[in-house]
Amino acid sequence: MIPSEFDYVKAGSVQEALGLLQQHGDDAKVLAGGHSLVPMLKLRLANPAVLVDISGISELKGITSGGDKVTIGALTTHNDIEHSAELKNSFPILAEAATLIGDPMVRNRGTFGGSLAHADPAGDWPAVALALGAQMHITGPGGERTVAADDFFIDILTSDVQPGELLTAIDLPVSSGKVGMSYQKFSHPASGYAVVGVAATVTVDGSGNCASARVAVTGAGAKATRLTSVEDALVGKPLTEENVAAAAGTAGDGIDYLGDIYASEEYRAHLVKVFAKRAVLAAAGNIK
Amino acid sequence: MATHPINLTINGKAQQGAVESRRLLVHYLRDDLGLTGTHIGCETSQCGACTVMLNGNAVKSCTLFAVQADGAEIMTIEGLSKDGELHPIQEGFWEEHGLQCGFCTPGMIMSTVDLLQKNPNPDEHEIRHALHGNLCRCTGYQHIVKSIQYAANKMQGATAAAD
Repeated sequence: MIPSEFDYVKAGSVQEALGLLQQHGDDAKVLAGGHSLVPMLKLRLANPAVLVDISGISELKGITSGGDKVTIGALTTHNDIEHSAELKNSFPILAEAATLIGDPMVRNRGTFGGSLAHADPAGDWPAVALALGAQMHITGPGGERTVAADDFFIDILTSDVQPGELLTAIDLPVSSGKVGMSYQKFSHPASGYAVVGVAATVTVDGSGNCASARVAVTGAGAKATRLTSVEDALVGKPLTEENVAAAAGTAGDGIDYLGDIYASEEYRAHLVKVFAKRAVLAAAGNIK
Repeated sequence: MATHPINLTINGKAQQGAVESRRLLVHYLRDDLGLTGTHIGCETSQCGACTVMLNGNAVKSCTLFAVQADGAEIMTIEGLSKDGELHPIQEGFWEEHGLQCGFCTPGMIMSTVDLLQKNPNPDEHEIRHALHGNLCRCTGYQHIVKSIQYAANKMQGATAAAD
């Protein structure tokens, strides 16, 4: 369990990190919390010549609230999010999801941005980011750009962060009206990864009907994805158990399911409907 | 072969060393410093036998390179007892028989340090949730939970007495 030889460089700033990535090109990998990368290095699934450690860059850490949005620095750990008083009120889904990631030691090291950029098909944050309508700030040699969560997840272990670029911060828009949100997960009993996880946010209008919904699944296919048929079926209706069950029954059409020895494609397709219902009902149950 | 100088504080003592980039923290602690209380179980971030405190947070030292810990404060199981007295968590594992073979125990205890500083009075569900990253193949966890409850009670009592 010893990785191939590599060199290690610690970057003190975003600019320095970008310079190092440019200098080393394809030979370099970015190291943040390391809880996806280090296991891959030990298994020699990844063999970079240089690790650029960005974990000491303080400008990439922390949570800031600014009016209509909350910004989470890419290096903010799962543990910081789980115990953030600031996020507890406006985004209870974040602590709810964070506490289901790995275990306490993993959460003490693993980072929000690292997990999103890594785009593990069974990671929890991608579904949550989609359900919250997150905006990803990416910086690279060509300057800064912002990408919506909807366009960020490309394929298995592939996000829109290009070689030479860094994901620096994630904006979460704060809803002005009444909103409920929840993440419900069927955890793999050994690894803790999502066999299927569904994140949902719902808003309601003055008469109690669903005004908008964002529902997203992880674990089912190669990448986290919105369940638009469920969203469409919810809007305009009261969020009764019957209506939610009917909407959740449409979940999963168009997903190219991944099956494995633990959960077949058919089983995952079933779980998506079950967990879509649970997530939307839980979200409807905590509207405030 | 790239080596890097590192400076750490380990169990309150300043420590200098030089490590290859790929040297895992757990190997540095055990093989270079002889701190063999930190165990290597699965070496794949699952079993938690290698858990140590890094800047006040429990981490798995098999999933961290020693060079990443440069500048950090580390506490291992060897740093827990003071003046020959068992730490209340160690005492809890002794009194409540929280181990059989004992291989997982250092990691269990270090995870408990993390838990009780975040949540000094956890209920049974919270204790079991906090142990997700530590595997024990002997006890069935029942006595480990009791050991942690013992420690929490004792540490709460000490806090109350200090007040």
